Amino acid sequence: MLSPKEIKRLDQEIALVPTRKSACIEALKIIQQHRGWVSDESLRDIAEYMEMSVEELDSVATFYNLIFRKPVGRNIILLCDSISCYVMGYKKIYQHLQDHLHIKFGETTADARFTLLPNACLGCCDHAPTLMINNDLYKDLTNDNLDEILKEYR
Amino acid sequence: MEKPLTQHISSNHPWLNLKDYTNVGGYQAVHRALKSMTPEEVTKIVQDSELKGRGGAGFNTGMKWSFVPMDDVRQTKYLITNADEMEPGTFKDRLLLEGNPHQLIEGMIVSAYAIQANISYIFLRWAYKKAARIIEEAIAEAYAAGYLGKDILGSGFNLEMHLHTGVGRYICGEETALLNALEGKRAIPRSKPPFPQVSGLFGKPTIVNNVETLCNIPHIVNNGADWFKALSMGSDAGTKLYGISGQVNKPGLWELPMGTTVRELIEEHAGGMKPGFKFRGALPGGASTDFLVTEHLDVKMDYQSVAAAGSRLGTGTMVILDDHTCPVGFVHNLEHFFAQESCGWCTPCREGLPWTEKILLSIENGEGRLEDLELLEMHTKYLGPGNTFCALAPGAMEPLQSGLKYFRADFEKHIHEKKCPWDEQRNGSHLY
Repeated sequence: MLSPKEIKRLDQEIALVPTRKSACIEALKIIQQHRGWVSDESLRDIAEYMEMSVEELDSVATFYNLIFRKPVGRNIILLCDSISCYVMGYKKIYQHLQDHLHIKFGETTADARFTLLPNACLGCCDHAPTLMINNDLYKDLTNDNLDEILKEYR
Repeated sequence: MEKPLTQHISSNHPWLNLKDYTNVGGYQAVHRALKSMTPEEVTKIVQDSELKGRGGAGFNTGMKWSFVPMDDVRQTKYLITNADEMEPGTFKDRLLLEGNPHQLIEGMIVSAYAIQANISYIFLRWAYKKAARIIEEAIAEAYAAGYLGKDILGSGFNLEMHLHTGVGRYICGEETALLNALEGKRAIPRSKPPFPQVSGLFGKPTIVNNVETLCNIPHIVNNGADWFKALSMGSDAGTKLYGISGQVNKPGLWELPMGTTVRELIEEHAGGMKPGFKFRGALPGGASTDFLVTEHLDVKMDYQSVAAAGSRLGTGTMVILDDHTCPVGFVHNLEHFFAQESCGWCTPCREGLPWTEKILLSIENGEGRLEDLELLEMHTKYLGPGNTFCALAPGAMEPLQSGLKYFRADFEKHIHEKKCPWDEQRNGSHLY
């Protein structure tokens, strides 16, 4: 069931576009913001409200890598694995994250504190290696400053 | 040396708000265009300036606009800024978005006026959180000041502007895929023709331009086409945001005359290679451009000169390959990216890129055969221009074909020695 708060936000987005369906990516974003990820149940709720089939909406949801169709942790680490960060040693940072959090790409810590995901170029290549945690960008990463950064996220 | 795009951007100061921007002459181009120029005159001056699209393709911007049908005045038209900067190695639009958002907004107003579009979007990639906050504030300021909305400056011209943030995927930067993403669909490129200029967003005439392209527009309208052309030292007009990343002393981003040489960028602006590192090659404009090598250091970084050297200017942000980095691993990283980011719509790209990635990985791991090099070369033909819906796979083949050409001995060494020659330097671990 969509909450009244969620419905209000969806209606705001639907009002901006020529057809109801064309707001479906915004709808997925809104529900993910409220619920952390998009479960099968959430997907059914949204599809019904957007007047789409569940399959059609899922085809959109699974296309975009930042719509989460599996549960994620409280904090999401997006580690850049593109070329400038490759040259500047992102694999060392990845190794450090694996050693400390005991998770690989695509996994979530047992306490649900972190989900670790690879991400394409974050557009900060002159300060590689880089990563984002939630909405925050971190650059010029070293194993030392990484420990300090992780402490901020509970 | 004039730096029209970045002259007011400083890392020591916050972004230019409306007041800062108007204090340095901002929004004069909107006054000039909307009050004293016809839309055709604006298109003409941009066409005459020879401004080429800064997103990578390098098409004449004014000419692109001139394909928009102007006869039906009641028809809805759209102007869209492509701010989905995601080409690996590229970090130029971020500076313009975070530093001077009103310059972009002004460029969009003037450009929308030229094609008589009344609705505009900024399609911003998800990761640019700071830019999103700044642009939202700047759009609100522009509405409050009467630069957006109904009857702008009493000219009778109306323009709405919206910020749309994406949810990932490199392919959204392809202009027709971007349109599908804005329509709430899977971001799959569309078959062309019809081109977006005729049938774009929701089937209406649409222009999609890159951030850096649009930021040039106010300056061209204010100073004229000849001034713009005179900014360049090369075969193409204007200045260019150039960047360098990799093992150099001062990686960074600089606005310089179009046609600055590769050597000047690396040696003067980036301070040369770091001690102990040697230059082996560079991708001049992002992941989807052919390598340039030592023999190309004096090539001018403009569209024509880089093309004559066998590559593309692309986004103008260079990634350096140094002698501590394995070229096979480097190219594998690129093909991994492209395979992952293929939208899956057309067969050569969907099937060919993962094969390319797997072959490269097996060579890198010392499990390659000499025939694999022929197989890779075959892919560069089958995935090349003309065989796919969009430019993703042909772009992916550029660093592969030139990598095979310039670093063939390194590929062969992997195969003969059955290991990566760079392994021992790092104690056998693939940490770099």
